[in-house]
Amino acid sequence: MTVLEQPGSSRNKSSLAGPPPAWRPRVDPAPLLPDEEPYRVLGTDAAARLESGLLTRLYAQLVRGRRYNAQATALTRQGRLAVYPSSTGQEACEVAAALALEERDWLFPSYRDTLAAVARGLDPVQALTLLRGDWHCGYDPHEHRIAPLCTPLATQLPHAVGLAHAARLKGDEVVALAMVGDGGTSEGDFHEALNFAALWQAPVVFLVQNNGFAISVPLAKQTAAPSLAHKAVGYGMPGRLVDGNDAPAMHEVLGEAVQRARRGGGPTLVEAVTYRIEAHTNADDATRYRTDAEVETWRAHDPIALLEHELAGRGLLTDEFVATTRESAEQLAADLRERMHADPVLNPMDLFTHVFAEQTGQLRAQAAQLRAELDAEAAGHPEDAAGTAPAEEARP
Amino acid sequence: MTTTAPATARKPATMAQALTRALRDAMAEDPAVHVMGEDVGALGGVFRITDGLAKEFGEDRCTDTALAEAGILGTAVGMAMYGLRPVVEMQFDAFAYPAFEQLVSHVARMRNRTRGAVPMPLTIRIPYGGGIGGVEHHSDSSEAYYLATPGLHVVTPATVEDAYGLLRAAIASDDPVVFLEPKRLYWSKAEWSPDAPTPVAPLGRAEIRRRGSSATLITYGPSLPACMEAAEAGRAEGWDLEVVDLRSLVPFDDETVCASVRRTGRAVVVHEAGGFGGPGGEIAARITERCFHHLEAPVLRVTGFDIPYPPPMLERHHLPGVDRILDTVARLQWESDWTEGRGA
Repeated sequence: MTVLEQPGSSRNKSSLAGPPPAWRPRVDPAPLLPDEEPYRVLGTDAAARLESGLLTRLYAQLVRGRRYNAQATALTRQGRLAVYPSSTGQEACEVAAALALEERDWLFPSYRDTLAAVARGLDPVQALTLLRGDWHCGYDPHEHRIAPLCTPLATQLPHAVGLAHAARLKGDEVVALAMVGDGGTSEGDFHEALNFAALWQAPVVFLVQNNGFAISVPLAKQTAAPSLAHKAVGYGMPGRLVDGNDAPAMHEVLGEAVQRARRGGGPTLVEAVTYRIEAHTNADDATRYRTDAEVETWRAHDPIALLEHELAGRGLLTDEFVATTRESAEQLAADLRERMHADPVLNPMDLFTHVFAEQTGQLRAQAAQLRAELDAEAAGHPEDAAGTAPAEEARP
Repeated sequence: MTTTAPATARKPATMAQALTRALRDAMAEDPAVHVMGEDVGALGGVFRITDGLAKEFGEDRCTDTALAEAGILGTAVGMAMYGLRPVVEMQFDAFAYPAFEQLVSHVARMRNRTRGAVPMPLTIRIPYGGGIGGVEHHSDSSEAYYLATPGLHVVTPATVEDAYGLLRAAIASDDPVVFLEPKRLYWSKAEWSPDAPTPVAPLGRAEIRRRGSSATLITYGPSLPACMEAAEAGRAEGWDLEVVDLRSLVPFDDETVCASVRRTGRAVVVHEAGGFGGPGGEIAARITERCFHHLEAPVLRVTGFDIPYPPPMLERHHLPGVDRILDTVARLQWESDWTEGRGA
């Protein structure tokens, strides 16, 4: 007995037995699919068309980036940074992300992306403020159009979508580039951000740096997808798979995605295949979950070495060029070292200043309590501040 | 509440109509105001609060979003970063929970994190509370989560006039406001003058809804009608109860609350949310800290039970009603009262 033959079903069977309404895919998935292999330029015939100026510029930034990573890691050992998630080995992704954007565009970094912010022109000391243990993000996001470093994974991706959407509503040709790791693609906010971006055709580029690990958990435990770039198809946006250690390839793919977004073509998901050479942070022990041999295979595919090979082939890797580049990187490191060794000036009262635009009576009272404690401390008799709470009437 | 509008201009209006009017006026006044949420467009929202806005202001200003609360609030954060003033609708109290991380980790902290450079002038409208026969996940009183989150204002109207005034004030605020709409009062009616409505300013002022001298009932949002009714019924018991409508949980108006309790010497806090870890505990503590020597009895609470919100068939046992309020008032140690003119 079919459903239609059951007692109580309509007698007028013919009207219920027609073909289903027409169905067709809402977009053609084929053009959205990523390449089968990560896109590469270095070591291929395409390398010949690269401009030498771009190569030397990328190289200088990569070398500075590597030195920056080393210096920041050193600062954790000296107690000057509370924590540092290194992007050593991922410099090509970080630098390409910064260079892909124009001044009017916005960068949405995660905590591992201070290098991208620095490459975009942010003062390294400002970029590292949060990781130093200070209470604020260190810079005015509007000044450099860099959102605050985001710690809860993938949660800044919807911000990028909303900002890009708002810019488009206002008629501004602003693109947002948002950065996330392979682990972050498992978060719900990744899904919701990509879905909203595609629905709104928001001018956003999502850059996933697949560095192999989410702290200790390998990609195989994050996803069963063919690749992270393939996820784009499910949202109706193109996915691009790129060799994240090939700086010119990254520069080209991100540049195309940014231009596409700016022209009104909507969002793109870019998966950069790379590797986290260092542990998750200085507090992590990578030997517990991966082998040295694996790290070595990636060291052999180092973004700086790849670029050096190309530059050497063109006769551009001269002693003088190398020395100048190195000197610039050393200057960056020395400046960072010196300024990070100075204790920041902290005013505990600032903890209350920016919680609200309009201070509440409750916070005014608590600020007064802390003020009294600080004054008593300064006067050398902190016990005098005891008993100042609860505060008098709070009028909002 | 007083108004300068002529009495002839006043006519019966529902809280829902006042809210709609507040959104419409805010959108007309400020092109930065954008309404977004599930079903807020053609349908006008499941409670019809956004009725007509998409038609009047276009879909870019009143946007049907995908069904994803974290995405709605997360994108609203980005829109606010670019200078817009989003008004987000969460469809029901318990459907706002997926947006909790965005709310706690970003909406509430962005201004502080950026030293004021990136304010979050967001209004998050959430229909809340029970009493409408809603099935599971449609009747939560979730205010305790929000008021425990530093950086958020938490506001809830209890009258038609306040629905307009507080929502306008919330949208105008440069701080993020969780705007809790008591859904069982959506269809409550009052004489209202829609031609001369005024915003409430500033946020954070409680309102005395009924003057009294025996004890103070402190309440907000959906529990105000029960308190007003209890105050009337209390006259038969010889109690002249004062009723304070908080209107705003954050900021909290200590001054109005404490002045009232000092006058009456007794206080009962009434709300639908559970008692343990609920707003009433904080309010009772604040009163005790500030008014101890004026109190004739411990501050008592009438709250929902500490249980998952009960199904429609049983919810009446859960909600603070007139009897439970008056039973609690009766426990305010009247026998020890030495003050002339007070008590039963």
